Amino acid sequence: MYRYDNYDHQMLADRVAQFRDQTNRFLSGKLEDSEFLPLRLQNGLYIQRLAPMLRIAVPYGLLSSTQLRKLAHIARYYDKGYGHFTTRQNIQFNWPQLEDVPDILAHLAEVEMHAIQTSGNCIRNTTTDQFAGVAPDELEDARPYCEIIRQWSTFHPEFAFLPRKFKIAVCGTKIDQAATQVHDIGVYLVKGPAETIGFRILAGGGLGRTPVIGQEVFKFVEKQHLLTALEAILRVYNREGRRDNKYKARIKILVKELGVAEFTTKVMAEWAVIKDSALTLTDAEIARCKSFFTDPNYADLSNEPAELTRHLQDNVLFANWYEQNVRPHKMPGYAIATVSFKETGVAPGDVTDRQLEHLAALAESYSFGEVRVSHHQNIVLADVRQDQLFTLWQALSSQSLASHNLGLLTDIICCPGGDFCALANAKSIPIAEAVQRRFSDLTELKNIGQMNLNISGCMNACGHHHVGNIGILGVDKKGEEYYQISLGGSSKNEASLGKIIGPSFAQEEIPDVVEKIVNVYKAQREPGEKFIDTYNRIGIDPFKESVYAKVD
Amino acid sequence: MPKLIKDGALTPDRWTVLKEASGPEVLRALPGKNLIVPFKFWKNYQAELKDYAGGLAIWLDSDENVADIGEPLHAFALIALNFPKFSDGRSYTNARALREHFKYQGEIRAMGDVLRDQLYYMSRCGFNAFDLRHDQDENLCLQAFSDFKTGYQATITEPLPLFRRR
Repeated sequence: MYRYDNYDHQMLADRVAQFRDQTNRFLSGKLEDSEFLPLRLQNGLYIQRLAPMLRIAVPYGLLSSTQLRKLAHIARYYDKGYGHFTTRQNIQFNWPQLEDVPDILAHLAEVEMHAIQTSGNCIRNTTTDQFAGVAPDELEDARPYCEIIRQWSTFHPEFAFLPRKFKIAVCGTKIDQAATQVHDIGVYLVKGPAETIGFRILAGGGLGRTPVIGQEVFKFVEKQHLLTALEAILRVYNREGRRDNKYKARIKILVKELGVAEFTTKVMAEWAVIKDSALTLTDAEIARCKSFFTDPNYADLSNEPAELTRHLQDNVLFANWYEQNVRPHKMPGYAIATVSFKETGVAPGDVTDRQLEHLAALAESYSFGEVRVSHHQNIVLADVRQDQLFTLWQALSSQSLASHNLGLLTDIICCPGGDFCALANAKSIPIAEAVQRRFSDLTELKNIGQMNLNISGCMNACGHHHVGNIGILGVDKKGEEYYQISLGGSSKNEASLGKIIGPSFAQEEIPDVVEKIVNVYKAQREPGEKFIDTYNRIGIDPFKESVYAKVD
Repeated sequence: MPKLIKDGALTPDRWTVLKEASGPEVLRALPGKNLIVPFKFWKNYQAELKDYAGGLAIWLDSDENVADIGEPLHAFALIALNFPKFSDGRSYTNARALREHFKYQGEIRAMGDVLRDQLYYMSRCGFNAFDLRHDQDENLCLQAFSDFKTGYQATITEPLPLFRRR
């Protein structure tokens, strides 16, 4: 993973000192609340329903064992012993004290971590596929380019007060796991003329109140022009994005109102001026960043070793976990194991201090001391030897971390919702739990097959409900919490946005409604069809009829 | 008492900002001053302004584009860019465009909601003068320019990005 040099360390130390000074001025009344607000947000600090919430950046989801232990320490001493993995590969703490935050940031700086630009109207954490660098279908590892973008966007002086927040994702794999198309900018590594690898760049995607799939602005741009291309897009957005209405301020609205052709013309005019400027990437810089993401010291192994085959035959629980949570790796004899943080009865994505420490130890024993956070709020051990999968699974089982529901209906993406978040219209965690309880039978879950359910407590769509096969959105109906259901969303390569099925439901109706939807799918599916395929074939009406059918 | 920081030091201000101006007759009441007039006013009354016996500069609001100034740009010793609210970031882009696209060498002044905690970013985008909001502590503000020792980007104060310097 990327390691800091003196420059990176110095910038982080300066940042901690700066925020300490700002916090002191705020606490002594010399800095007004409204003026402190964007400063604290750009250090990840929200004032929430119950206490401040601190969101810590996990650049493109990558964490070392040392960093996990530091997060455990923060959870234990500054929080109530747990944290929460977010849908943008970050981790947040719900109970820190405002006056402790500068100290927390200093702790994080020791392990090359920070909370910079995890909130506010600026460029946020750049995300990517959690399988980057180990996926068998990868064109090129996206992480060096994520790091290049991280550095360019960190403290960018021109783009600290954009019209609205700005999210960038980079994808280098054939199967897009990063929801790239619903980001403000989506960057794909692609092959261009003469087999050279460069970037295809989309702009104007996003979730929130008006979900939109991004449109192509650069069909192909050579690697050295990545940053000037991004800077051109940002500059047009900073100048022309709407600032009169916060619900119309995202770049997706600008691209829509101008039309992608007109928007692209403006970007190209800007790019013509800065292309080939000093911001043009050098081969040396690309090589330097790549040098941090070289392969670890893989052993020379073969696939399907005897130990694995034997345990798969002997232990049905292990076999279940293997089938659901383990994915193929680019190296023979290795596998990618995902640890599900979707245990029934625990808020999706929640992690305790002890679990963080166990993950740190497991990463050291089984995966070269690193883990990745996925945007599905799970943890990936990316480099596990196939002959060690069984012992890894045993270790996970002893910590209640061996849920084998990855990619199934109960692997729910869920925001913190009304239990914690000041913006929420409705709770989301109890909805997730009610659905998990209804579908507690693994055989039935596997019979239902690959399907994802996403829950957001409000329009801001932190739970990505628009791209859930089933999406659940909390709405406020005359002061009561109700839930609107949409069907057919997907964040995969053929990204699509869910369609609202009809009038919203009360909280207690949701498990029944989900079950009716699942039953329609089961009755109508053709052999081998996933939920999303059946939905695309038969449309929304059969589901609607079943869900709203009058009971005799 | 206005507080002006220019090129890193507190400096007496010899300019007067004309916030609003309806017609050229207002100039007759202000003979021989150094005036910063609204960009629109200057555009509408260029002929009348030619005879003004005093210094003349323009200020642009955040929704105006420095590209619309055109050729006369380099004749101004000073161009001011307004921050109606400190959280409105458009003037950062205007400042960079003045320096980088148009190679403007004169004074770029930040006016309006100009606060201590934005000065560092402003300076990196090409502002070299800061007309501080009246309640700002000018000594605290002077420290703002050294909040960070260096940055990653290519900017006006550091034309090479860090990757070309490290």
